[in-house]
Amino acid sequence: MDLLTQWLGWLPDLAPGLGVSLQLTGLSLLFGFPLGLLFAVMAASKLAPLQWISFLFVEIGRGLPALVLLYLLYFSLPDAGITLTSLMTAIIALTWNTGAYASEYFRAGLAAVPLGQKEAALTSGLRGWSGFRLIILPQALRISTPPLAGLAVLVFQGSALAFVIAVPELMSKAFEIGSITFEYLSVYVLTAVVYGSITLVFLALVRVLEWRLGRHLQRN
Amino acid sequence: MITQLLSSIAQGVGLTLYVTAASLIIGGVIGLVLVGAARSPIAIIRSIATLYINIVRVIPPITWLFLIYFGLPQFALRLTTIQAAIIGFSIIASAFMAEIYRSGLLSIPDGQREAAHALGLSTVTTVGHIITPQAFRVALPAIATYGIGLLKDSALASTIGVREITYYAQQCAKQTHEGLLSFVVAGLLYIVISLAVALVSRRVDLTLRRKIGVA
Repeated sequence: MDLLTQWLGWLPDLAPGLGVSLQLTGLSLLFGFPLGLLFAVMAASKLAPLQWISFLFVEIGRGLPALVLLYLLYFSLPDAGITLTSLMTAIIALTWNTGAYASEYFRAGLAAVPLGQKEAALTSGLRGWSGFRLIILPQALRISTPPLAGLAVLVFQGSALAFVIAVPELMSKAFEIGSITFEYLSVYVLTAVVYGSITLVFLALVRVLEWRLGRHLQRN
Repeated sequence: MITQLLSSIAQGVGLTLYVTAASLIIGGVIGLVLVGAARSPIAIIRSIATLYINIVRVIPPITWLFLIYFGLPQFALRLTTIQAAIIGFSIIASAFMAEIYRSGLLSIPDGQREAAHALGLSTVTTVGHIITPQAFRVALPAIATYGIGLLKDSALASTIGVREITYYAQQCAKQTHEGLLSFVVAGLLYIVISLAVALVSRRVDLTLRRKIGVA
């Protein structure tokens, strides 16, 4: 019972941290997914420079540990004369990371749309952008949605990294409470429970989404 | 400047590799036990294994590390930073390795088990000589991919003060004000190690395939 009252006492302090974590996750996904789609489209383009740029950004975003990417931006942007808050820096780093991973899923989704679809779009007079937007993209998105949703869960867990550059998110709030009360074990178990339960909610939503997207395939 | 940075950051390569390899091996062994438990005929053991795997996976790695490094000393269990990092990553790796083994096992057709049974092989022989070698071959690329992922995750150990690549890069960035360069060097080191691991695993995979006459 003691533990429970202790935890209930801490929750109001952790809540704003959780808000920042969710904000960080949400914004990184909001910017990261379109960026990933852009990288995927660039990789499929006929222009070699576009392919190289996409390759470079994707390989850096995927090849570096997210922590190194975070530090890289945090320590180098101010030298380049760009001073951002640590939250903004974390959003940029996580967006890059998300975009790099998402581009692979988008690429797989785009590749899975049969070539006949494109040809059919062409013969229907849907050329270039309109054919891509109306015919190819919706089918590709349905294929890439489940892995992208899984990625979203990972991004939420990755948002804990922002702690290292002093973003006031859940981990840093927990660390604060820990250093005041010295109840490190208890506060980190509580933090783990918070992360775990939100991840479980996310995962349940992913399940529902997968089921909804596959519904039309189940009937026949 | 860049050679100076490289020589000071490269000091961390040893510990990065040590933490990654130790966690992968310990986690790999615990993962074997887990996958065995998850297929046990006793329901309660099955559900404990599944629960463990799920709990480990839904908690971020950095929370695990802090829980172990800052939390456990409350029980008078003082760990060095390296021990804490290896314990933390082993726990995380065990859950992921168990999933990898599971998918490897699933890829082995039931006929193999039935054929072994028909030949009169015992369960232990069947698992040891028929199922495991085949499952390992299937799981190897996934294990290598996870190993590379773990290598990148091991950068987190710097947050509790393990002197690995990221730790030294951070020190260099603070001391020399060459933030960009320090972390570019660190990033290159990670990429080079990842590429080396990928190349070796592909070579091993190819050798194993050749041995059984595919590819």
